[in-house]
Amino acid sequence: MATAKADTIALFDRTIILRAMGDSFAKLNPLSLMRNPVIFVTEVVAALTTVIGIEALINHTPAAFAIAVAIWLWLTVLFATFAEAVAEGRGRARAESLRAARSDTMAKVLANPKDRASVKQVPAPDLRAGDLVLVETNDLIPSDGEIVDGVASVNESAITGESAPVIRETGGDRSAVTGGTQVVSDWLVIRITADPGNTFIDRMIKLVEGAERRKTPNEIALDILLAGLTIIFLIAVVTLVGFAKYSATPLAIPVLAALLVTLIPTTIGGLLSAIGIAGMDRLIRFNVVATSGRAVEAAGDVDALLLDKTGTITFGNRMAAGLYPVPGVSERELAEAAAYASLGDETPEGRSILTFVRDRHGVAPSAPDDAQIIPFTANTRVSGVDSGGRSWRKGAVDNILKQATGAPPAALTQAVDRVSRAGSTPLAVMADGRLMGVLELKDIVKPGIRDRFAELRRMGIRTVMVTGDNKVTAAAIATEAGVDDFLAEATPQDKLDYIRRTQAEGRLVAMCGDGTNDAPALAQADVGVAMQTGTQAAREAGNMVDLDSDPTKLIEIVEIGKQLLITRGSLTTFSIANDISKYFAILPAIFVATYPELGALNIMRLSTPQSAIMSAVIFNALIIVALVPLALRGVKFRAVGAAALLQRNLLIYGLGGIVAPFVGIKAIDMVLTAFHFFA
Amino acid sequence: MTLIGWAQIALVLALVLASAFPLARYMAVLFSGGRTLLTPVLGPVERGFYAVAGVDPRRGMTWREYAFALIMLNALHFVVLYAILRLQDVLPFNPQHVPAMSPRLAFNTAASFVTNTNWQAYVPESQISYGAQMFGLTVHNFLSAATGIAAAVAVIRAFTGSALETLGNFYVDLTRVTLYLLLPVCVVAGAILLAAGVPETLSAYATATPLDGGSQTIALGPVAFQEAIKEFGTNGGGFFNANSAHPFENPSALTNVLENWLLLAIPFALPLMLGHLVGEKKQGRSLYYAMAILLTLAIAGTYAAEAGGNPLMTHAGVSASMGNMEGKDVRFGVALSSAFNTSATGTSTGAVNSFTDSYTPLGGLIPMFLMQLGEVTPGGVGSGLYTIVVFALLSVFVAGLMVGRTPEYLGKKVQAREIKLSMLAVLILTLFILGGAGASLVLPNGVSSLSNAGPHGLSEMLYAWSSATENNGSAMAGLTADTPLLDFGLGLAMIFGRFAFLVPVLAIAGSLAAKPKLPPSAGTFPTTGPLFVGLLVGVIIILGGLQFMPADALGPMAEHFSMRAGKVF
Repeated sequence: MATAKADTIALFDRTIILRAMGDSFAKLNPLSLMRNPVIFVTEVVAALTTVIGIEALINHTPAAFAIAVAIWLWLTVLFATFAEAVAEGRGRARAESLRAARSDTMAKVLANPKDRASVKQVPAPDLRAGDLVLVETNDLIPSDGEIVDGVASVNESAITGESAPVIRETGGDRSAVTGGTQVVSDWLVIRITADPGNTFIDRMIKLVEGAERRKTPNEIALDILLAGLTIIFLIAVVTLVGFAKYSATPLAIPVLAALLVTLIPTTIGGLLSAIGIAGMDRLIRFNVVATSGRAVEAAGDVDALLLDKTGTITFGNRMAAGLYPVPGVSERELAEAAAYASLGDETPEGRSILTFVRDRHGVAPSAPDDAQIIPFTANTRVSGVDSGGRSWRKGAVDNILKQATGAPPAALTQAVDRVSRAGSTPLAVMADGRLMGVLELKDIVKPGIRDRFAELRRMGIRTVMVTGDNKVTAAAIATEAGVDDFLAEATPQDKLDYIRRTQAEGRLVAMCGDGTNDAPALAQADVGVAMQTGTQAAREAGNMVDLDSDPTKLIEIVEIGKQLLITRGSLTTFSIANDISKYFAILPAIFVATYPELGALNIMRLSTPQSAIMSAVIFNALIIVALVPLALRGVKFRAVGAAALLQRNLLIYGLGGIVAPFVGIKAIDMVLTAFHFFA
Repeated sequence: MTLIGWAQIALVLALVLASAFPLARYMAVLFSGGRTLLTPVLGPVERGFYAVAGVDPRRGMTWREYAFALIMLNALHFVVLYAILRLQDVLPFNPQHVPAMSPRLAFNTAASFVTNTNWQAYVPESQISYGAQMFGLTVHNFLSAATGIAAAVAVIRAFTGSALETLGNFYVDLTRVTLYLLLPVCVVAGAILLAAGVPETLSAYATATPLDGGSQTIALGPVAFQEAIKEFGTNGGGFFNANSAHPFENPSALTNVLENWLLLAIPFALPLMLGHLVGEKKQGRSLYYAMAILLTLAIAGTYAAEAGGNPLMTHAGVSASMGNMEGKDVRFGVALSSAFNTSATGTSTGAVNSFTDSYTPLGGLIPMFLMQLGEVTPGGVGSGLYTIVVFALLSVFVAGLMVGRTPEYLGKKVQAREIKLSMLAVLILTLFILGGAGASLVLPNGVSSLSNAGPHGLSEMLYAWSSATENNGSAMAGLTADTPLLDFGLGLAMIFGRFAFLVPVLAIAGSLAAKPKLPPSAGTFPTTGPLFVGLLVGVIIILGGLQFMPADALGPMAEHFSMRAGKVF
């Protein structure tokens, strides 16, 4: 996959970081921050503490502590906005390369599709859906559309990164074109299908920039949890004023501010949107465009994958896979006969026979000069060679038997049966009119695919193979590939029904497709991945488009979806688990003046109350920056099943979340003490 | 701490944990409409009730109808109970000529008994008649317990199938639980208590002449059967002010073990019943284990704190060998006292057999913390189960994302609506406990209720609001509770803590019921096994309890460390 956009952007690209630093200040606008309740509360509290600090400065009362807390609270907010800005910046960098592809050229609008002579020049951004446009050699296609006339080769590297031109023609499954791609030869008449600003590239740009990012259902639920926790801790801190007043414990606002901000889940609150944007970005790096974040999330939830057999599970063409000689004929003799008989067969199957006998038996005959070649045709279904009075034939069993002398040996009939039952295609091989044996042609399952399916099964995902083959063939390939279920002799309606049935059981289904007749199923599936080479109808119906048109990618898409959810969950757990240490840092510090005995709770032995509070606040801010790379990269997904995954992540992010801040806060306190800050 | 002490605690826990299994099986049959051993006798009675009340037992209710029926019935009973308490001076069965209750105390008491709290701001011996005890309070001991169990059953039904529209019939659930479970057990338990010496009489208080001369009035009454439902329904409202420390409520160590069993029996059976009803027993067992672990740790902690005694007393020359015996009865000793009080605060019963006010600071902190956690250890009858289900939903949501799927619990997806309602429910509890106690401690007429200065005073107030909001009813006895602020404030805390929690929970049930029930796969977050139990315990402590740490630090914790440093207030 050599693609333009697949270039990896360094995790900390200099220009992106610099710009993000600027953006993180612009994002301090409270109106836009309100979308993020946790960070919004932090900002309000930071502002309040700043006012207290300034007031103290004016009144010449000790202000250093209040100002230090205020600075670090502002930094907490800035680190959160910075995380989002970096994620957006990386998206923007990808959008730049897409934007370059957007054509602002003049389009040749036709009034009548039959009359290609009279064109009107219209700027591409003014094209509306329904306009008819002529594109000729070297023209950029001005907008997305459906071919109504003509055949042309089109260079789609702007979208797919693949430089080899592809054929686009009217009708069939290859009739969609994308704005920004270039016609290399011939001409096309296109009906425009997208209004300005709504083309495929426009949508991609918006998505990667995160401009139209709407919160996904899961993000909304998580936001509610975080907002709820924030309110709970707000209640705890505000009511503490009453408890403290009763206990005659003086509580300064900066101290309460520090307690509140360290308790509310700022870590996940600050990183949540960055995680979402980065998830989209990872998908784009895989050359898959999702029409919404919702679709990416749904991918993580998928329970069943509908996979087309051809091209996804198997290579798609049958290949030689075995030789079964009749008694009295050696395997090598059969191999030679098959090789000669296939010299005239230019089909992929014929070539696969030559490859097979060369690799397995070292047989590599070349056609004699006087050879008379009988090519394979769909009619005769037999190919062969006649030379020097000898003849070799191979082909469909029935047709060969007609040409053979005498009744077929029992061994041959048995071999034919055996091969058929295994779902393969038997061919008969004949030399000089004598039946030599059977050649097995088999739909070869892609190497490694079986392991991938086993992996999916461990993740709890069922794989379903969809094929037009008959049941016997389908069952044999299904067994070999290790899928959980198959749909044989499948029509588009069968696919749709299967999806509906599975969904009725409450499962989510993903599938990929390219043809117009796939469109209903693509639309019905929870995750429908359309191939970039597919029809416009298919691309509209799905909620993702794979630019490389590689159906196996469905599996990676699921992993990316899961990774997104795992990253969110892990950082939420980490954030909440952090709270325990903060009580141990801050509570003894604020109450020790009244109850010196509560110093016993200062199990970290932080040097002074002020340095304890500062250390907790500083840790709370720095952890956001420290986790930005993880948020952008995502927590590594392992296909090990839910129980093992939970155990692992609970250990790292749950237990780690409890322990890490104890270490971090203590270290910061030691640094502060070493430099005599608040010592 | 002594071996015999641990053995006593182990005996109580073993009886409870073992009996939960057959009890759960029985209740599962009861709530799936099956026939029980008692059906031949009680079936006609049950059908008679439906006929008289015009209830169609086969008609299911949506969550809205269920919640409406539940609230309306409880509202009606609240009004009736209020009227009984206000008119008890002219109503029958009042040989002691107890006067009518004041409006605000009647409000507080009615709120208390309708919500299964049984907070007692009144002094039973002098402020409530036999009639009001029997026809007011005892009726509510049954009704409020049955209401809680019915709600829990409705919540469980949400997980039993796909696209469910109804959660069962409230009236049927209420009738069945009362008729087939509460009444029969209470009849047997009441009879045992009667045999063990608990009085059951309508005659006036007895007068005796003690050895040192003079005259002593001995309070009596119809105690035995009320005592049974007081524990079995996790109510806790004592017939006498001294509650289960009173020899006429709890005469011996043996009755103490029985009462301790009664108050824990249903709450521990309910999670196992969930396992039966959802068709996966181990799902119920994981909730049961989480409850059992928390309660066992709590009892052990309280026992350790109490058995250690008070260092200040030891210093003053009191032998430490018996532990802290202040406020405890020698009938029970430190171990059974710790077990009873901790069980009662862990179950929203609130009964006591010893005085929490006299416990060591840590011995008092643990019962208070159990209430603040949300009463899930194992919680009140019904309420403990539906609260732990809320915690289970929050647990799978937070940690479930870590396996890379939208979290689900018992096959139902946990999404924004469930989280919103769960957080709302948890918020209400936090607001009333911390807001109420924080405000009462700065208001002059709040502070005047305290009998102790310093951190112990703070503990008393915080304990009262925790107890009322979580519908426990246990009190640190030092607090003067019958004041305008606390009568009305705690009354509202009880009503909101009960119904403003219950309605969102039923709404969650309605929302989950409508969803498809997903079959489990290898990708499903496992909600059984030690890992989930540990996670659930962690989430209960972190999401349910940590917000109370700052307040608790200024109360029992400050007192504990001060005591160890030899400081008194």
